[in-house]
Amino acid sequence: MADPKYAAYVCKGCGIGERIDADQSAKIAEKEGKIALVRQHEFLCNAEGVALIRSDIEKEGVTHVAIAACSRRAKTEAFEFPGVALARANLREGVIWVRPDTAEARETTQEMADDYVRMACAELKKMKVPAGNPETGRSKRILVVGGGVSGLTAAVEARNTGYEVVLVEKQAQLGGWAAKLWKRIPEREPHAAPVDTGVQALIDAVTQDAGIRVYTNATLAQTSGAPGRFKASIAVESGSTATEEVGAIVQATGFSLYDMNRLPELGAGKSPNVMDQAGLESLARKAAPKGLPIRRPSDGGEVKRVVFVQCAGQRDDTGKHLPYCSGYCCNTSIKQAMYFKDANPAVDTVVIYTDLRVPGNGEDFYRSAQKKGVTFTKGSVTGVEASGDTCRVSFRDLILDEDASIEAADLVVLATGQVANAGVDIDNPQATDANGTKPISILNLDYRQGKDLPKLSHGFADSHFICFPYETRRTGIYAAGPVRRPMDIAQAKEDATGAVLKAIQAAENAELGRAAHPRSGDLSFPIVQLEGCTQCKRCTVECPFGAIDEDEKTYPVFNESRCRRCGTCMGACPVRVISFENYSVDSVGAQIKAVDIPDEFSEKPRILVLACENDAYPALDMAGMQRNHYSAFVRVIPVRCLGSVNTSWIIDALNGGYDGVMMMGCKHGDDYQCHFVKGSELANSRMSKISETLKTMALETERVATYEVAITDIKRLPVLIGDYAKVIEKIGLSPMKGFA
Amino acid sequence: MGAPGEFNLAALARYGNDFLAEVEERVEEGEWVKMCMQCGVCAGSCPFGPDWEHSPQKIFMMIRAGKRDEVLASDSMWMCTSCYNCVVRCPRKLPITQIMHGLAAYAHRLGLAPKMQPTRRWSLLFWDNCTKTGRVNELKLTLGLYFMDGIVAGFKQAWTLRNIGLGMLLAKRLNPFELIRGHECKDKAGIHRMLKKAAEIEARKRGFAKP
Ligand code: SF4
Ligand code: SF4
Ligand code: SF4
Ligand code: SF4
Repeated sequence: MADPKYAAYVCKGCGIGERIDADQSAKIAEKEGKIALVRQHEFLCNAEGVALIRSDIEKEGVTHVAIAACSRRAKTEAFEFPGVALARANLREGVIWVRPDTAEARETTQEMADDYVRMACAELKKMKVPAGNPETGRSKRILVVGGGVSGLTAAVEARNTGYEVVLVEKQAQLGGWAAKLWKRIPEREPHAAPVDTGVQALIDAVTQDAGIRVYTNATLAQTSGAPGRFKASIAVESGSTATEEVGAIVQATGFSLYDMNRLPELGAGKSPNVMDQAGLESLARKAAPKGLPIRRPSDGGEVKRVVFVQCAGQRDDTGKHLPYCSGYCCNTSIKQAMYFKDANPAVDTVVIYTDLRVPGNGEDFYRSAQKKGVTFTKGSVTGVEASGDTCRVSFRDLILDEDASIEAADLVVLATGQVANAGVDIDNPQATDANGTKPISILNLDYRQGKDLPKLSHGFADSHFICFPYETRRTGIYAAGPVRRPMDIAQAKEDATGAVLKAIQAAENAELGRAAHPRSGDLSFPIVQLEGCTQCKRCTVECPFGAIDEDEKTYPVFNESRCRRCGTCMGACPVRVISFENYSVDSVGAQIKAVDIPDEFSEKPRILVLACENDAYPALDMAGMQRNHYSAFVRVIPVRCLGSVNTSWIIDALNGGYDGVMMMGCKHGDDYQCHFVKGSELANSRMSKISETLKTMALETERVATYEVAITDIKRLPVLIGDYAKVIEKIGLSPMKGFA
Repeated sequence: MGAPGEFNLAALARYGNDFLAEVEERVEEGEWVKMCMQCGVCAGSCPFGPDWEHSPQKIFMMIRAGKRDEVLASDSMWMCTSCYNCVVRCPRKLPITQIMHGLAAYAHRLGLAPKMQPTRRWSLLFWDNCTKTGRVNELKLTLGLYFMDGIVAGFKQAWTLRNIGLGMLLAKRLNPFELIRGHECKDKAGIHRMLKKAAEIEARKRGFAKP
């Protein structure tokens, strides 16, 4: 590239010109920012303003542009200049809109604006235009792992969108659990009766499509590579291995039923007349197609009374069984009770539940069962005893508040739950699942971090639950169906459709060398200066997405296509050798240093705010849009993720005389909202260790504070800032001023 | 009064559908009982809730649990004041008030209702009073109510309310001669025929023995 040429533009529109002295800001850009070309404009985002910038780029050879105007989140289309590095000083949402328009506020408001101009100029100097990830792959085929309803749906949807599919199924037949059902819960009006599973139609669609290559009796012996160029070694029945190149993967490996033999107190194993829901489906599949009634397995006797025990081994708080609700089994019992009632209304069917949970349109289905005479009883079952060919079901009636029992039940059906087939626990490969079995790997990834998808809780594959449900922590691999949370067929189909579309996007982005969600389209990628690397392995361990492998000398090997560009590795690196072309330890560090720090007698503290650009920064902008005022002492720098915050920034800021640092990131924990899953959590644990450093600097621990912030905290953020400013006032200004 | 001949009371299985089926067939709006989802809104809405032994919610559950004797001998449904709070609020739109009265009437028909339950006694008083002449004789009805629990109680009650009575007399809202010769409706026999017909229809619909 030619020599860089810098230009800065100060906008006076949207009231900026009235509230701040644009001449002064322009002068600062020129003198302190050392920007050769500085211009002011009345209304920079209009056609004329944009044309001015364009012409400077074309005629003056400007390569780097700083715009002091509105937030970087506003006017992104007007201020888009391909091939040009761009920094934005947020004078509108970040300054004039959050400050009162009074004479006494004028001075501090101007200082705020001047600092943001300094920061933008400093950042600009450290930026390069990202050239794009060279490590691209061209394959657009989608590998679907699992041939149940989720996998079949994913395959069909991929084909409907025009993409080829490779489908791997462990069993000899396609169809999964759904193929073992007699009927399924209705998904359309009037939600009144069980309906055909539709699974045969799905199987036919898949097997008759030349664009789908199906491997049954097959498993993945190894998966390697990255989005756009995954290599899957498929072990087939004959013992040989087939290799397929694919662009992205949908893991739809479903669930195993919680083993009812773990529930002897509910009669499991005591009588063949006690069964799980799968057991009843198989009885129904044998009898119903011939028009015969379901009979008692023990003696073939007539069934007059059936009891359904909900939450069998589920929602358990003793720690012995599944602690969660599988969400499908109430509707399933309702459906199964209808198998009997529809055939013969004289059969008594009792559903004993503690809470009937019927997602979707299940309420209508429930009502339909009530109309058909299924008895629903709120109770908790304490025991099932078999005697002869019938059972006695004892329970606590929770409405009548008394112990009760049902005698002479011919069948007892236990509503057991779903245990995810999510492969091995990579953090603890020896761990067994809820059924006590030691899982075998499904994907057999050759990644440094382990063979399967990381799990979140209860053995389900981690997926971004709140915002991006199919996104796992392995880029280009999407979880769909009960492998990521318990669900029914209708939900699994929706899941599979969503996941496969994300997989297609990932493959498309990979070819263009761009990031996948949530920075989709980003062309930057982490660049490591291996000369400085101390092989500490922090980046390889902390990367939430398993993007970094190791070479034989234990140096990190970045797989750019597996990277989400969160910057967590950059935040982790103790020797600061990881950076992005447009976002680096330097580009943020320079902004921190650019701020003018008043001396300790000024009574003007400076508080650095490092705000997650996904939630906290937009929330701050929105606070501005609503004119919620906050302190003029803060200087906000958006960061890609709190995980990208390198401790050196904090130390430099404090050394440089800042009085406090507020870090604003997303919620972490099991119900995290962090867009990069682990970023905010890692930042938090790094910051928990910073108090030691503060002590050695003889600084109060209050000088660094971490906050969990949601995008909706528009009113809360100004309050948080105000409270923190008070804390700083209380502990006093930093003694470090003037030493930098 | 017909006994439910075809219901096998001896073999009432708990949580079976037998009693529910009986209620569906024999009790006004009884077919709604199975639709209750046990949310408890009715129990929380009833202004007399705390005074009932069994809330409507529980009554419905008891029916489904097959507790025939407890339900029919209960005085709970006699406590309903027809305020309709529960009906307005029930998310499943059960006509709870009507079912309460239906259950009370059915229990009474079977002779299982608690004999001394005041609402039951008052209802009988009212029914006799009004069907005899086709018109309510308010004076007789009031006195009947006062003396329901014996002579002494009756005089006490009358004495307590004497000023109201006097006021009504002066305002010509009370005619003492009604005691001797109350007025009747024009076609008393017609009213009686109509009531007989209605009883026949009800018996036919609900499977009771012919009245
Ligand atoms: S769906 Fe129903 S049966 Fe299944 S765990 Fe949840 S509440 Fe229990
Ligand atoms: S930590 Fe983030 S930026 Fe670094 S390699 Fe992993 S995904 Fe990419
Ligand atoms: S804290 Fe979360 S949302 Fe915020 S930048 Fe980090 S990952 Fe993102
Ligand atoms: S309000 Fe309706 S549904 Fe709820 S308990 Fe009462 S009768 Fe049942």
